[in-house]
Amino acid sequence: MLLLAPVNLLNDLLLKFFGAETVNHVVWPLIQIGLVVSLVAFWVAYATYLERKISAFMQARLGPMRVGPYGLLQPIADGLKLLVKEDFIPEKADRWIFFFAPYIAVASAFIVFSVVPFGPDWATISDVNIGLLLVLAVSSVGVLALILAGWSSNSKYALLGGLRSSAQMVSYEVAMGLSLIGALMFARTLSLSGIIGAQGSDSIWYVAYQPVGFLLFLISGIAENNRAPFDLPEAESELVAGFHTEYSGMRWSLFFMAEYAAMVVVSAVATTVYLGGWYFPFVYRLDLAGYHNLFVIVSLLVFLVKLSLILYFYFWLRWTLPRFRYDQLMDIGWKWLIPSALINIVLTALAVFVVQALDGWNGINTIEAMNRGLNLTATGKVIMIAFGLIGLVVTGMLLSRINWRSHDFNLKTQRRNIRLVNLPKGKPAVPVN
Amino acid sequence: MHQVEIATTQETLLDSPEMVLNMGPQHPSTHGVLRVILRLDGETVIDLDCDIGYLHRGMEKIAENRMYTMIAPYWDRLDYIAAVSNGLVWVETVEQVMGLVVPPRAHYLRTILTELNRIASHLLWLATHALDIGAITVLLWALREREEILKIFERQFGARLTCHAWRVGGLPNDAYDDFDKDVRQFTRIFPMRLDEYETVLSENRIWLSRTVGIGVISGPEAIAIGLSGPALRGSGVAWDIRKSRPYAAYADLDFDVPLGENGDTYDRYLVRLEEMRQSRRIIDQALDKLPDGPVVAKLPKIVKPPVGDYYHSIEGPKGEIGCYLVSDGSAQPYRVRVRPPSFINLQALRQMCVGHLVADVVAIIGTLDIVLGEIDR
Repeated sequence: MLLLAPVNLLNDLLLKFFGAETVNHVVWPLIQIGLVVSLVAFWVAYATYLERKISAFMQARLGPMRVGPYGLLQPIADGLKLLVKEDFIPEKADRWIFFFAPYIAVASAFIVFSVVPFGPDWATISDVNIGLLLVLAVSSVGVLALILAGWSSNSKYALLGGLRSSAQMVSYEVAMGLSLIGALMFARTLSLSGIIGAQGSDSIWYVAYQPVGFLLFLISGIAENNRAPFDLPEAESELVAGFHTEYSGMRWSLFFMAEYAAMVVVSAVATTVYLGGWYFPFVYRLDLAGYHNLFVIVSLLVFLVKLSLILYFYFWLRWTLPRFRYDQLMDIGWKWLIPSALINIVLTALAVFVVQALDGWNGINTIEAMNRGLNLTATGKVIMIAFGLIGLVVTGMLLSRINWRSHDFNLKTQRRNIRLVNLPKGKPAVPVN
Repeated sequence: MHQVEIATTQETLLDSPEMVLNMGPQHPSTHGVLRVILRLDGETVIDLDCDIGYLHRGMEKIAENRMYTMIAPYWDRLDYIAAVSNGLVWVETVEQVMGLVVPPRAHYLRTILTELNRIASHLLWLATHALDIGAITVLLWALREREEILKIFERQFGARLTCHAWRVGGLPNDAYDDFDKDVRQFTRIFPMRLDEYETVLSENRIWLSRTVGIGVISGPEAIAIGLSGPALRGSGVAWDIRKSRPYAAYADLDFDVPLGENGDTYDRYLVRLEEMRQSRRIIDQALDKLPDGPVVAKLPKIVKPPVGDYYHSIEGPKGEIGCYLVSDGSAQPYRVRVRPPSFINLQALRQMCVGHLVADVVAIIGTLDIVLGEIDR
């Protein structure tokens, strides 16, 4: 393979200096990490560019156009500007916490990339057997950075922003974790590559089995990342800039990078768990002998495309919807998302049970194999998809039943139309005196 | 104004569950330099107080040292979003005091241009109100349409924002050549654009939950505070100076007044949107009926009104904007007092906000549609 020639050369070179053990387990992983971190940083920078362009097209304007052709160098110019900007620490701030909070934010967002399966084989840095758990755990460390930043700034806006973000992330963390459990019942593993593999061996995307779970994950993912319409911690029209009000320069941009990186992570997890990861739509057995590296690269691109679509969905929402209020956000989290996630778990468990029970009957063969994940036959798939759709309806109905008394649920009936009156005309105006 | 007690020391801050938050004067959504001192319990507003005056220029005092015709540009700078309407108050007051007969063409042109200004002002309100609630895209859409109006203003008056549109007795010059075409072009496109805003906001669940039942003020309360304009009509009080004391050409034109029912932010939003539609109706009618003739009345060399005090008001985009004028018979007014709609509407802020959350304060400031240039004068 021409493509791998330089890689093999480098490998030989490394072997001259280090032992084979060191090269395989230390040097190459380090190179991989460096590559991924720099690529992710680059990507995050261009995600801001994309967001600005997309929002511009939605708003009948052009967006960045000055730096480079079509403003393509704008993110680099921004980065440079932020690097040379004064890094201001307020006098009354808690210096050390203020200093370190952005690093916690950016580290927790970037660490997650270590387990994100961008593609098969070498495109995944590490395939941890508790990958999904690691993603959830590490990304929830991010909230610590926000609280610390909000607290240490010694500013009331920042404090309110920090409080909001902690409350928000804690409540949506629950919904997010619960919404994934349904899919895990099919995958029977927490390894991210394993989940993709399970979808591959079952030849289906789990979004078909788990429409409710997918929706819940998307919604709570937005809230988890503090993106609009849930961008309350940094609601600019209320809290100026929320938790990062007092930050400037590179430290501020670290928060910014962390936000975008976290968004990429959530999109990546959604792609992995629900959208079949790196698998091309409807094609699950593509790995041709002899073209393995090409296959890996194509898979990587497929993964990135899927991920970008979810990213685009986030941009789209942000520039379309107004912002929720704090109490409404909590309402949605605790009264809608968490109950739906629980109902979804029960229904999925029931569905898996029914499929297993039916399998023993004569004439109905639902389960094909149960090795990596739950592999269903066509009949089993139909039953499972039907259960998913029924789940959508049932969840919707149950939740409306729970919430029908609440103020926000009955908004449409509360609103009145304005009436038009043709007032009688008075005399033309005259001076008082 | 009502005073908020401020806990200042570390001890009092930690002891009480309350927090005092200074919103403004430099805050993204206090629409200028309004400073709102909020007393919060968590995020619930217990009490609030407005601190104004950061933009005070002493316009009323300056007016005492200017000739009558020279005062008009100062009026533009009160509510700079609606400079054309504001200017009209002053020139109409002086015209009525002097007993000048303004030619009908001038009246019609004034009607068209002030209604265009009403649309521009409401568009800016919609833009900032939506932005405050978090819908960013509406801002740029609304400013796009406002730009069309400002282009018409620029061609007609030579300026976009503070136009100095009128002279005592009429207009400085007749409508420019393509005026009719430009305005009709605008009124043709505008309803579609309004529908576009409505598709984004009116039925949007988040928009509804952020505006329905927020900042409720009943009709009698609104009257007691002295609210005027859309803020008053949103509470269902039928009061529009264009109808009750018609000025300019409004007596000849047919239009409806939209009234809300609940007196909440959503009603005020609907009322303003409908007002834009009615404004368009007025503009179309006025263009059809636009008479020929001169646009300015014969004016004495020096304007010297007879001794006495006078009051005249018009229905500005924000509410009743009035001028109380005391003349001592000289070439300069003895006293000019502005009845500022934004200032009086702002009085309702405390009543509307207490018990709501911080996010609602922003929405309510937005729905009151205040302009600090006019509040501080």
